[in-house]
Amino acid sequence: MAEVNTGDDGGGKKKHGKQRAKKSSTRIDMTPMVDLGFLLLTFFILTTTFNKPQAMEINMPIKDDKLQEKDKNKVPADHTLNILLTDKNVVYWYFGVADPSKALPSLTKTNYSKDGIRKVLIAENNKRHNAFNQIEQWKKEASEGKMEEEELKEKIKVFRETNKMSSLIVLLKPDKESNYKNIVDALDEMAICNIGSYALLESNDLENQMIANANTY
Amino acid sequence: MPKNSPSIDMTPMVDLAFLLVTFFMLISQFRAEEAAVVDMPSSVSDLKIPDKDLMMILVDKEDHVYFTITGQETRLKVLNKMGEKYKVVFTEEEQKEFSNMASFGIPMSQMKEYLSAGSTERKKIQEKSEGIPSDSTACELCDWVFYGRINAPTFRVAIKGDQQTSYPKIRRVMDVLQDKKVNRFNLITNMETGTTE
Repeated sequence: MAEVNTGDDGGGKKKHGKQRAKKSSTRIDMTPMVDLGFLLLTFFILTTTFNKPQAMEINMPIKDDKLQEKDKNKVPADHTLNILLTDKNVVYWYFGVADPSKALPSLTKTNYSKDGIRKVLIAENNKRHNAFNQIEQWKKEASEGKMEEEELKEKIKVFRETNKMSSLIVLLKPDKESNYKNIVDALDEMAICNIGSYALLESNDLENQMIANANTY
Repeated sequence: MPKNSPSIDMTPMVDLAFLLVTFFMLISQFRAEEAAVVDMPSSVSDLKIPDKDLMMILVDKEDHVYFTITGQETRLKVLNKMGEKYKVVFTEEEQKEFSNMASFGIPMSQMKEYLSAGSTERKKIQEKSEGIPSDSTACELCDWVFYGRINAPTFRVAIKGDQQTSYPKIRRVMDVLQDKKVNRFNLITNMETGTTE
């Protein structure tokens, strides 16, 4: 039972050593095959389970043709950050509302990287009662197990409700040149920066014009 | 009597290992066997998409639209409703074929031909077709979504788009969903690989 194999031929009693060597030649050593088999097995098990796609949930507003102009939610201009998504992974952003009768707001060009639009969003968030830091801290506490998942959700909900009037509102406006990846990236940034209120809209003609102007410089 | 060898006979173990390998290989291939090849963008979201009770709209990089809904019975019901609407009668065999299919992206006018064709022939039809029509003038996608919703109101709705899918097409699909009072849906993505972190 507690015998330790020392020989290369797989051990066995010494007086049968020669006989064993002869015998083992008729048998294939299957160890490498088993190794390979299990390696492949592990690979396929892992790939099949990890391949499960993730999903992001998105809530769109109810479409109602009967909705009157006066019933629509007006977005306060000074809290509104417009993010224009266009081709080649370029993002432009501006504050407020583009009004054709006034001077057009200037566009700032950036991208989807960590130092791109995210910096702007975090800075803007921090300007308004440390929203980002507060939520981030709660999330950290939750991940460390100090807070229940339910409690975290509730806290964020209450926080958003109380700061509703002053918090940042982001309008995502992809133009015709942008692709699906851009939208997902932008929505991702919303999640990362804990932006509570954002909307997916169409870019209007004026904004398209602004993008065209910005591109020529 | 053979001599008691200290080495274990590994044959059954190998058998088992390779059986499992074959099994997993086949399983993972089945998943990829969709009508469209879609390279999804990645996101930080960690919501899992369910395997059942799901209605999914695929949009590939050529902006062709595909549709699928889980559950064989649901699929049959939806197909028959569509058949009624577009005056196409499907035979028993075609219905069976449809209920076993993954996603599809062909207009109703070609559906009969598509279902009776072999797998290689099918690929050809699929390649030639422009996907399910989703323009506002001839919106077959609207009807698929509509009948899908009627037969399976609790199903989750998901959009699976390619990274290169153009925004107007995605917008169109979202508009179709909103028209059919689907205001909450999922965008299917891959797990973030940590490039932006």
